[in-house]
Amino acid sequence: MSAYVALFKARLRMGLQYRAAALAGFGTQLFWGLIRLMIFDAFFRSSMTPQPITYQQTVDYLWLTQALLLILPMRLEGEIQQMIRTGAVAYELARPTDLYWFWFFRSWAGRTASILLRAGPLYLIAWLFFGLKAPPSWASAGAFLLSLFGASALGCALTTLMTISLLWTISGEGISRLLNILAYVFSGSVVPLPFYPPWAQRVLNFLPFGGLMDTPFRLYSGHIPPQACWAAIGQQFAWTVALILLGRWILARGLKRLVVQGG
Amino acid sequence: MGLEDFAHRFLRRIALLGSMVGDGARLYGHYMALSIRAQMQYRASFIMLAVGHFISTGIEFLGIWALFARFGNLKGWTLPEVALFYGIVNVSFALAEGAMRGFDTFDSLIRSGDFDRLLLRPRSIALQMAGRELQLMRIGRFFQGLLVLGWGAATLGIPWTATRLAICFGAILGGAFVFAGLFVLQATLCFWTVESIEIVNTTTYGGVETAQFPLTIYRDWFRRFFTYIVPLAGVTYFPILAILGRHDPLGTSRLFQALAPLVGPLFFAVTLQIWHFGVRHYHSTGS
Repeated sequence: MSAYVALFKARLRMGLQYRAAALAGFGTQLFWGLIRLMIFDAFFRSSMTPQPITYQQTVDYLWLTQALLLILPMRLEGEIQQMIRTGAVAYELARPTDLYWFWFFRSWAGRTASILLRAGPLYLIAWLFFGLKAPPSWASAGAFLLSLFGASALGCALTTLMTISLLWTISGEGISRLLNILAYVFSGSVVPLPFYPPWAQRVLNFLPFGGLMDTPFRLYSGHIPPQACWAAIGQQFAWTVALILLGRWILARGLKRLVVQGG
Repeated sequence: MGLEDFAHRFLRRIALLGSMVGDGARLYGHYMALSIRAQMQYRASFIMLAVGHFISTGIEFLGIWALFARFGNLKGWTLPEVALFYGIVNVSFALAEGAMRGFDTFDSLIRSGDFDRLLLRPRSIALQMAGRELQLMRIGRFFQGLLVLGWGAATLGIPWTATRLAICFGAILGGAFVFAGLFVLQATLCFWTVESIEIVNTTTYGGVETAQFPLTIYRDWFRRFFTYIVPLAGVTYFPILAILGRHDPLGTSRLFQALAPLVGPLFFAVTLQIWHFGVRHYHSTGS
């Protein structure tokens, strides 16, 4: 276990070096947030019908989406992709560690670093100037943090799954693109999930993608009351375990037929 | 110097200019043919990429549809009307994105020092840049935009007179010019920053997101930015008002609305001037 902790720490420290990139990302996310805020603001001014989620809850949801966008499994591990392409992946197999957990913790650290760098400043600015409110209660805040941790693990399980699919290079890229799109839309980062029609929500609430953003964000604003958090977090956890098992199974199959080229 | 002599020299200049333009067009055609042939070597991959692009850009319209299903209207605009905005801006962007890919990936050219090679060739730099790659997969966004545009127009029952069609084509082409200009600006910045800076995406991709809706729904400062600085209003909002025959709360005339897309080529010409300025100040990063 200590090997994975050391790996996590080392990759985290490395990820935290990329501050300039984070700053550039910060500006872009802020601008996007403003566009989206104005669009939703205009929608809310256009109709008197009560909505399934209040204006303030929507504002919180939108800003949290911008601040935590990197929780989505969007980027593949570039280095691992390179390793598979060049055949250097053979070195990975020689390590006395479990390959799945090695890749899992590696990308978890990298993702946590970039999330930490971007989320804080954007949250602060949105809270100071653009209408983001603190959670309504300490219970909501606690539930949010807990499920944020769950979302980060879930996102990492999905990323690792995408990384593993690269062992089948060509079709692997197709799979990761598809996962990418599904996660982007069905997590609620395009339109908050409560706005979709009720029949669609039954499906969306079952899928793993809502656990990436929708669950923590609704817990944050109290749209899901804190006492109901255990079912939501339990579902995140169940999906994470399922995806890890799936990833390990696919990896084992992939390694069986892996041919490393050249020396 | 006789009048005849002058006319002769004038005509020769024109002929020379004409052959230069024709030559450039031929060269660009060559580049495109090469690029298309290269991409067609991986036909299955191309089809997958294009279909993926179609779905991933089209799925956003589902979000807009869901919002209209909840709210009914957007400050008095209906879903089919917004579909016109969405369709036109996406088709424009797909054209620009496909044709200007060379500018979009300019930072790698600068970093590797390969830009020097372009400078050595006796042809227009901008032409060589645009000819680097024609990204065919962008056809995905093109068709999904066209589909949404067609659906919106059919639902509204727009009578497609020659004038309306001309305005619609003008808006699409003008929009492609505006986005192409933005890609040129993005590349020009690389002369100084070496790296492509993400913030430019706020005007390209952010511009698409913004112009998918009528600009009057936004705050004034924001609307002004996308009217006077990045002139997207001229290629979406104004011409679409003319197509819909809607009254403009900003009080512009129909003639102005119909001619507004001309701002696209104008903007593009200005960005090309800035680009030339950048080329003159280029220092190679070395090999």
